[in-house]
Amino acid sequence: MIADFERLTVTNLSRHYGRRKALARVSFTCDAGDIVGLLGPNGAGKSTLLAILGTLLAPSEGTVHYGAVTAEKGGAGLRARIGMLGHDLFLYPELTALENLVFFGRMYGLTDAPARAAGALERAGLGERGHDFVSGYSRGMRQRVALERALLHRPRLLLLDEPFTGLDQASAAALVARLREEQARGVLIILATHDLDVVDGLLTRELFLRNGRVMDVSAGDGPLRDRYRSAIMAS
Amino acid sequence: MKDFFRVAWLVVRKDLMVEARSLEVVSTTLFFALTVVLVFAFGLVREGRPVDDVAAAILWIATAFSGTLALGRTFERERQADTLRALMLAPADRPAIYAGKLAGMLLLMGLVELVLVPLVGLLFQAPIFAYPWHLAALLVAGTTGFAAVGTLFAAMLVRARSCDVMLPILLYPITVPVMIAGVRGTAALFQGTPDEELARFWIALLLFFDVVFVTLALWTFEPVMTE
Amino acid sequence: MSKLNQIELALAGAMLAVAPWIIDAAPYESTMGLVQKIFYFHMPSAWLFLLAAIISGVASAMFLFGKKKNADGWALAAAELAVVFGIITLVTGPLWARKAWGIWWVWDARLTSSLILWMIFTAYLLLRRYGGPGSDKLGAGMALFGLANVPFIFVSVNVWRTLHPQTSVVPTLPVQMGGPLWFCITAFFLLFLALLSMRARLERQRLRIEDLYLAEDEA
Repeated sequence: MIADFERLTVTNLSRHYGRRKALARVSFTCDAGDIVGLLGPNGAGKSTLLAILGTLLAPSEGTVHYGAVTAEKGGAGLRARIGMLGHDLFLYPELTALENLVFFGRMYGLTDAPARAAGALERAGLGERGHDFVSGYSRGMRQRVALERALLHRPRLLLLDEPFTGLDQASAAALVARLREEQARGVLIILATHDLDVVDGLLTRELFLRNGRVMDVSAGDGPLRDRYRSAIMAS
Repeated sequence: MKDFFRVAWLVVRKDLMVEARSLEVVSTTLFFALTVVLVFAFGLVREGRPVDDVAAAILWIATAFSGTLALGRTFERERQADTLRALMLAPADRPAIYAGKLAGMLLLMGLVELVLVPLVGLLFQAPIFAYPWHLAALLVAGTTGFAAVGTLFAAMLVRARSCDVMLPILLYPITVPVMIAGVRGTAALFQGTPDEELARFWIALLLFFDVVFVTLALWTFEPVMTE
Repeated sequence: MSKLNQIELALAGAMLAVAPWIIDAAPYESTMGLVQKIFYFHMPSAWLFLLAAIISGVASAMFLFGKKKNADGWALAAAELAVVFGIITLVTGPLWARKAWGIWWVWDARLTSSLILWMIFTAYLLLRRYGGPGSDKLGAGMALFGLANVPFIFVSVNVWRTLHPQTSVVPTLPVQMGGPLWFCITAFFLLFLALLSMRARLERQRLRIEDLYLAEDEA
């Protein structure tokens, strides 16, 4: 078991597949309570960066330090402090929401998994439908369950890949509120998204990615959309 | 150590729960095994009487083919919502995840064999009750060897291209010793004057194969699955 | 091509060029006559096939567990040579069998084992070619399993069939036959060494080109 960490330090991170450069020399730092936005067009490397931060992928170069520890040294103990909401949601459609949460809770070593799972479903507003199969859920409902799955073990680092995809306005607002809750608890949140309008005002840090590189951007005021345009469109 | 079995059990239980909902893999695999037996029977039964040793061969071929199909289907499920990645994300011991998957496969293949053995006995007048323990040992040891390699390869291929055709291409050459031992051992038991000693030799070889390859698979699961 | 490779290739080429005469000068084997002489090419190929398979398996283990990146290049090179020498073995074997025993394929233990091992390494190459990204690690797993399988293949196929002339053929050959055999083994071995190191270096250089390509992209 490793000590908890407060700061995430990414140094010169690169990842290539043969000749294709997915990430090039990405560096940044963030602390507990930050909500970091990874913003960029498709193929910018957002998912790759998230996978590396989640220890699912090894970098080709560079390091990621979770506090004082790297992914290799951290091992299973580190993975217990990380929660991830993938693009494909990581839920078994043949199981009920409750079964999914209890299974993953137990995989994360939680002894009170059933109780926590029930509580999580309540918080997501799905308490009534906990015994329905996930395959019967709408995208928004699945998203909510997937988010609870990622948060069940109270991680320090929460990674979200395109969490606002397919959500209607109400669901998106609910997600934003939930993220603010977690932020207040000291969780470090990193999310990759296209939905600039939704996250405008939510993010404490912005990372504009294009072709795997972090684009320098003058810290300006004004809507996120404009800053995004100036960062990404600038050649 | 206890954690290893806890995680493996969690994975098996989850697989059983998922399968219990629709019974899709079980029923399609069973029926496929039946089809294989029939198709081969048409090829190998002449004038209403089976050629020698056909029963043993068909039993193992049907098991191998349906096992490959079941492996493909089971891991296809994990590919759907990328849940295999979610399992790798968990702080659980990676080899334990492999062990859980393997146990699930063994249960499924055992079920298929429970149907195939009487069927083969019936269709080809094979003396399946002559040496029941030897036969069971052969089946258990052989299936374990096949499933051990198959589970690792199927997991490896989840994120690869052309995974459907790659699995048999990789799996069959490696499991040839298992097939040889299984078929020849079973044939030794089914033949006119059963050769019990030969059967025991094949059982021993299969057990040795199991030990080597399950160990190898447990070691290589993590390095091979992590990018 | 390095100096050493040039010497190896030159020597191997010279020796193989001379080989037909040396083989011709060797005494005839009593029962099989002229056809037995294919043995001088068949056996070295078979040994080198096995050696290549072992090298590929060991290099794969080093790549997977020792995390040595260059080991993968050696594993791939050895696997390709295994397939090539395997083909030579599997072609010369039946040619010999046809003339010696009248049929092309006699399900003989050694030849069948070679066929299985050859298929394992051909599957390896197919995986590396068509498996998509990440197939270097998958291939390494395959090669490792293939290597671990060698004793099992030999034992199971052997007990299943026995027809091949026993291994003691070599020591019991009259010295005149032993000479040409070692000559051919040496020639083939030099060729093997040269090809292996050249192919492995080719892999290393390919990786280096990709690194350079990526670095240039940075600038």
